[in-house]
Amino acid sequence: MPKIVINGEENEVKDGLTIIQACDELGIQIPRFCYHDKLPSVGSCRMCMVEISGSRKLVPSCATTVAEGMEIQTETEAIHKARKMVLEMLLVNHPLDCPICDKGGECDLQDQTYRYGLDNSAINVVKRAVEQKDFGPLIDPYMTRCIHCTRCIRFATEIAGVQELGALGRGDHTEISMYISKALSSELSGNLAEVCPVGALTNSQYAFKARPWELISTETIDVMDAIGSNIKVDASTLAVLRIMPKINDEINESWIGDKSRYIVDALRIQRLDQPMVRINSRLSKSSWHEAFKVIADKLKSLNGSQVAALMGDFVDVETAFITKKLFNALKCDNLDCRGGINFDANDRGSYLFNTTITGIEEADSCLIVGSNPRFEAPVLNARLRKRYLKGGFEIAVIGDKYDGNYKYDYLGNNIAILNDILDGKHEWVKKLKSSKKPMIILGQGAFYGNDAAEVISLAKAVAVKYNMIQKDWNGYNVLNTSTGMLSALEAGFVSQDKKVDTNSIIEAMKARNIKFLWLNNVDNINFDSIPQDVFVVYQGHHGDKGAARADVVLSSNLWLEQNGTYVNIEGRFQRAYKAVPSVGESKESWKIIRKLAEYINVDLHVETFEDLRNQIAAANPNFNAEFSAASFNNNSAAVPSLAGEIKSVIENYYRTDIISKNSVKMAECTKLFMKK
Amino acid sequence: MENNRMQRIVDFLKSLLLIDIFKGIILTSKYMLFKKSVTINYPYEKSMVSYRFKGEHALRRYENGEERCIACKLCEAICPAQAITIMAEKRFDGSRRTISYDIDMSKCIYCGLCEEACPVDAIVETPNVEFSTETREELYYTKEKLLSNGERWENYLKQKMQELAVYK
Repeated sequence: MPKIVINGEENEVKDGLTIIQACDELGIQIPRFCYHDKLPSVGSCRMCMVEISGSRKLVPSCATTVAEGMEIQTETEAIHKARKMVLEMLLVNHPLDCPICDKGGECDLQDQTYRYGLDNSAINVVKRAVEQKDFGPLIDPYMTRCIHCTRCIRFATEIAGVQELGALGRGDHTEISMYISKALSSELSGNLAEVCPVGALTNSQYAFKARPWELISTETIDVMDAIGSNIKVDASTLAVLRIMPKINDEINESWIGDKSRYIVDALRIQRLDQPMVRINSRLSKSSWHEAFKVIADKLKSLNGSQVAALMGDFVDVETAFITKKLFNALKCDNLDCRGGINFDANDRGSYLFNTTITGIEEADSCLIVGSNPRFEAPVLNARLRKRYLKGGFEIAVIGDKYDGNYKYDYLGNNIAILNDILDGKHEWVKKLKSSKKPMIILGQGAFYGNDAAEVISLAKAVAVKYNMIQKDWNGYNVLNTSTGMLSALEAGFVSQDKKVDTNSIIEAMKARNIKFLWLNNVDNINFDSIPQDVFVVYQGHHGDKGAARADVVLSSNLWLEQNGTYVNIEGRFQRAYKAVPSVGESKESWKIIRKLAEYINVDLHVETFEDLRNQIAAANPNFNAEFSAASFNNNSAAVPSLAGEIKSVIENYYRTDIISKNSVKMAECTKLFMKK
Repeated sequence: MENNRMQRIVDFLKSLLLIDIFKGIILTSKYMLFKKSVTINYPYEKSMVSYRFKGEHALRRYENGEERCIACKLCEAICPAQAITIMAEKRFDGSRRTISYDIDMSKCIYCGLCEEACPVDAIVETPNVEFSTETREELYYTKEKLLSNGERWENYLKQKMQELAVYK
């Protein structure tokens, strides 16, 4: 812990920090262009120069580590002069097109020039211009504005792991450009617009839409994958204009996936904006009163065992909990949210990512079974790569091959290999045995064709045998893809009867035992197998297969239009906040259930949202508690020997759910990246 | 004491002889009979207006017919009355343009800051003050209305911008 003196004040900082990092921690601002705290520093822009006593020259603070007794000045005459000159040089070629530049108002160069710069220059030459480039559908490049900080290059090579972007040419002819391909083939390419300190790389979806000062920002949670990335939603008074990452080092660092960022254009397309009731085989618009009455009449004519409810994507904990309460009050126990993979809701440790996302950085070997983390959770994949780049990290994959931007040993495509590993017959066992903190990641694909409980007990046996479970280390992980499923599981939206699951409910409908089906955002079950006389109610926000089959459609708000709580893969409860007003007559989803309860004369004892949250907290102590990873529960069942092909769940990253299906940008990406 | 009495005598004589009234009549008849009239016959005659006068707004075009406005929204940001509302989008040719440019003339305080903020001299104020309307709605100016104002006043505006260029 070296003691340093910054601007006359003595401070103690962590060992091994650079001066700029120390200043950031102490809240002292140093201007910078090329330095980014998540990228390796290069020290090329010279904007972060500081004065160190004893040094004749100014030193770049991003490339100088702190040392004991260092005396640092960050605001002196000499430093200001140096910064002014740096800006003057940058502005020799940087165009003064701020009025038409999207970065205007939040541009580092603009702000620094305002702070330090001169209003004229001694260098009057014709500014250089760079030919317009094509960076694909997600990024709009204006490379004339580029100041060659190389943040984008470092991001592409280090974080995204695609060596496609580089600086071509020398001196005045330097251009940042793709080496060969036209678009960055990464699921994180949207972050390029984020790291660019000027307006050279911009978000194509947000092009010219607004200025930063007129945006209403809300910090909330992303639900497009199950990582629970923290996001900042910038909206006008009515519509979402852009989604940006919010820094959270425990989850997403500074990045989010492209699907999380670019579904903005789908948020108001194909929306269910008012309740609908099927009359003479056609869905026609109705009032809330009418829709509730139709449902209540139907429910009153049935008993509890003839009713079933399923939960799908984007369901928040509150809605799942109150829906469960309503159906339990109707003496109905046909509930499920797991969509085919029957996790044990009572054993949290069996379906969560127990190592935690930050925990990946401590691991030294990783066995991935039936998962393509690059598509299922691009931000988590960036963590795997980050760990991989540190060295000493062995990765093996059982399942479909994928381009993982890290090297891995491919073991094959059969769950039987896991059995081999357990028996010690497989070669890779050596690497597992020699590692101190091994981890296993079970993707959704691992459960393909096999019973989930059996796969889990096999994986648990592997985890126990190969030292993945230690006193302060839990290497057993399941990588889920749906926040809605995890949230509903945490709300306890499963049947008490272990035999009841989504498939058994569908079978019961075929046998005419269940005559009423409640769907909340469920669009991926086989609707052809539901007989025509089953009364289907669909609660959701986007019209797709589910709404098309429904007899009554209840339009609920999107997650950005209401407050709610979502659970991520680690089992972390995070609050999401309302960013934009709702569309049409749609209502908050928990309120819909609350109102329906009045029509069927059920008292849920919920008057306000706070009531509901208090009840959830009473039922699930994790709801309000500080996050801690779930404990490992070794319910030593007989280890089954399994066989069968593993199939990845996500083939097309850009089209996975009803929101991304409606996005024009995602369709463009599909066309470009997903052709095979 | 002595002075005071003297003053009272003078005042009495002045009021008796109506001296002040005659002074007034002389001044009035000087203007009436010997000097040129300064009032104008308003709707038919108009007075000189400075180039700096701030009247009704207009949006200008370039000589080739292209709109000047680039939707930078600086006028919207600086407007103290928040009378300006702009919506922007990428045009088919990739350039930054407005899709709507509205000024609520009933809010506008004619301070001229929009004109000053504009980097491309697109939004300007004409000397026109004769745009009173019968309904409030007519004062909600749209882009079409502002552009047509610009066309109507272009000759004057060009001269105005040239005159004022030295001070910018």
